[in-house]
Amino acid sequence: MARITSPQPAELQKKTMTINMGPQHPSTHGVLRIEVTVDGEVVKKAKPDIGYLHRCFEKYAESLGDFAKVVPYTDRIDYVSALHQEMGYVIAVEKLLEIEVPERVEYMRVILAELQRIASHLLGIGTFGLDLGAFTPFLYCFIEREKILRILEKVSGARLLYNYICVGGLMRDIPEDFKSDTWEFINGFRPKIKELNDLLTTNSIFIERTANIGVLPAEVALNYSASGPMLRGSGVSWDIRKNDSYSIYDRFDFDIPVGKGEVGTVGDCWDRYIVRVREMEESLKIIEQALDQMPDEGDVQEAVPRRIRSKEGEIYVRTETPRGELGYYIISEKSGPYRIKARTPSFVNLSILPAISKGALVADLVAIVGSIDIVLGGVDR
Amino acid sequence: MLSLLEQIIPSSTVALIIFATLPLALIAVYALFAIWLERKVSAHIQDRLGPMRVGGWHGWAQTIADMLKLIQKEDIIPTNASRFLFKMAPFVLFAASYAAFSVIPFSSAYIGSSINIGVFYLLAVTSLLTLSVLMGSWASNNKWSLLGGMRTAAQMVSYEVPTIMSVLSVLVVAGSLNLMTVTEMQAGNDVMGFLPNWLIFQNPFLLVAFVIFFISIVAESHRVPFDLPESESELVAGFQTEYSGMRWGIFMLAEYADMLLLSLLGAVLFFGGWASPFGEFLSGPIWGFIWIMLKGMLFVFVMMWMRWTLPRYRVDQLMEICWSFLIPISFVNFVLIALWEMIF
Repeated sequence: MARITSPQPAELQKKTMTINMGPQHPSTHGVLRIEVTVDGEVVKKAKPDIGYLHRCFEKYAESLGDFAKVVPYTDRIDYVSALHQEMGYVIAVEKLLEIEVPERVEYMRVILAELQRIASHLLGIGTFGLDLGAFTPFLYCFIEREKILRILEKVSGARLLYNYICVGGLMRDIPEDFKSDTWEFINGFRPKIKELNDLLTTNSIFIERTANIGVLPAEVALNYSASGPMLRGSGVSWDIRKNDSYSIYDRFDFDIPVGKGEVGTVGDCWDRYIVRVREMEESLKIIEQALDQMPDEGDVQEAVPRRIRSKEGEIYVRTETPRGELGYYIISEKSGPYRIKARTPSFVNLSILPAISKGALVADLVAIVGSIDIVLGGVDR
Repeated sequence: MLSLLEQIIPSSTVALIIFATLPLALIAVYALFAIWLERKVSAHIQDRLGPMRVGGWHGWAQTIADMLKLIQKEDIIPTNASRFLFKMAPFVLFAASYAAFSVIPFSSAYIGSSINIGVFYLLAVTSLLTLSVLMGSWASNNKWSLLGGMRTAAQMVSYEVPTIMSVLSVLVVAGSLNLMTVTEMQAGNDVMGFLPNWLIFQNPFLLVAFVIFFISIVAESHRVPFDLPESESELVAGFQTEYSGMRWGIFMLAEYADMLLLSLLGAVLFFGGWASPFGEFLSGPIWGFIWIMLKGMLFVFVMMWMRWTLPRYRVDQLMEICWSFLIPISFVNFVLIALWEMIF
């Protein structure tokens, strides 16, 4: 039987328009576009379409046949916080192979990771401001990030993809003036956070653009398994450094900032932003304590095995990167890694976009994507 | 000025043409300078060097190099664009801006046309800017451009209301639509014995009118925080997305010309135009020109300063500022100014 459909009156048939949004940034060419269905300027549906940035990290890792050789590839997963990717992977391998790491190396890793966290958050905050049309904070953030990169360059010889942390230790010892450089950075950075707060955090235009926008309730965030500032912005106090401590994070005294909805609703773009700003201050605290406690002497290559003797088994280790939970699932054979799977926070966080962008305006969509702070290397491994 | 030119040059037609093209030369030189200034202001605010290389001293030749580059670029027109409208849009935009300059009194000796309906003419001609932006965006057959064009039309039409209201408040006090007359009545230093006779000092409510006027002209010349027509992170480049080469360059030139035009209007209406702040001291046709340009450039500088400090408003917030704050305040203010004029 033919189905009878009554034609809708013409005035009820509202026309929607499908447009491609992005690339927002030169680095997202071909790797991210958002298919937006808009009714006027109101977003009906936003579907992220991720493109081709295949580094084939997982496949490479399986075919290399050696745990040590995988480290440089982990760098490429999230190239804005490469040290965290290395550190997570190395910790997983060390746990799997039961390698003890010297004290000094642990402290060094923590300091470097926290420096990298600040650098990564600076980039996230800066580009978030840029998405909202504020150009100057972006460059201020980059000036500070540059100082961190100089320190990391002195340490590892590279500015972006470090390949510095290796299984059992570090590639080489830190330079002599590392401590003084880091202290200098910390002392110079505190006033800069204040400046950033003046320019962005308390700016009424910025608050109007971000408060009550892209609200992500805690329940939805947990259901989507969001992590990092995305989850903490929604008011859930969950930080793997504290809740499931790894390395030597349990020795330091620091707080977990969560979004409280100070200017809007809990879990809006401003909350995610402020969590990042406050995390930078917490990272400074950790670095200060670690610099004080770190032993001055010690061989960083002490526990590095000449040849890694693999053994059978499987392990999942998660660590806290600037963007959230990074997990490595490793199945190992006698001959080396059989399967390595990375669970990257950027991919998971991006998948929430359709859920929180419904009913927003096109201009809000920019703010929402900016507040998620994705790195496309982590979205498409 | 025209009579002087007619004395020097034998043909009166040539003299007239030279007389008419003087603002064009001014706009061209000013635009080169303003774009260079914009770079320098941004570089100082952002702690970076900026283009310091081209031409030696502080990279003075950078804009000239940019202009040469833009002229050489390929003139791309999208396949399905409406070719005639697409090509015309930047010129209509610039023509509207340029035509408005004819009633600005640059000094006591130079005004393009000292007509009785000067302000009225200026506001009418600048309305063409909206038309040309809509023309360009519609003709380029691009969804983002269309969104940008629609926003621009909405923004410019809305902000015209507070602009006109604040201009009207000045005219109530000045009692003339002729900008030359408005300027002449502001010469001298009599307010409280030492302040110049500028309208801004004559009536406390005119200060409010000036604040509203300034906010509105920032929106009218689409600068940050109201630069929604070309908000690059949302709309690619707004209405000018599909434009390339010198056509884009003319859009840019028109934006800067517009900034100067509205700043000069502000200087004439509130800050005495070419009148010297020191009474008879440093006054005269040449000094007058320097004074009005200084005042205008000060506003241009403030607009640049704002651009490198503030984020951008969203389109509905922009409308809300206009309709729920600026327009009611400007109406009430208008009435208050009228009352003040009646009482004192």
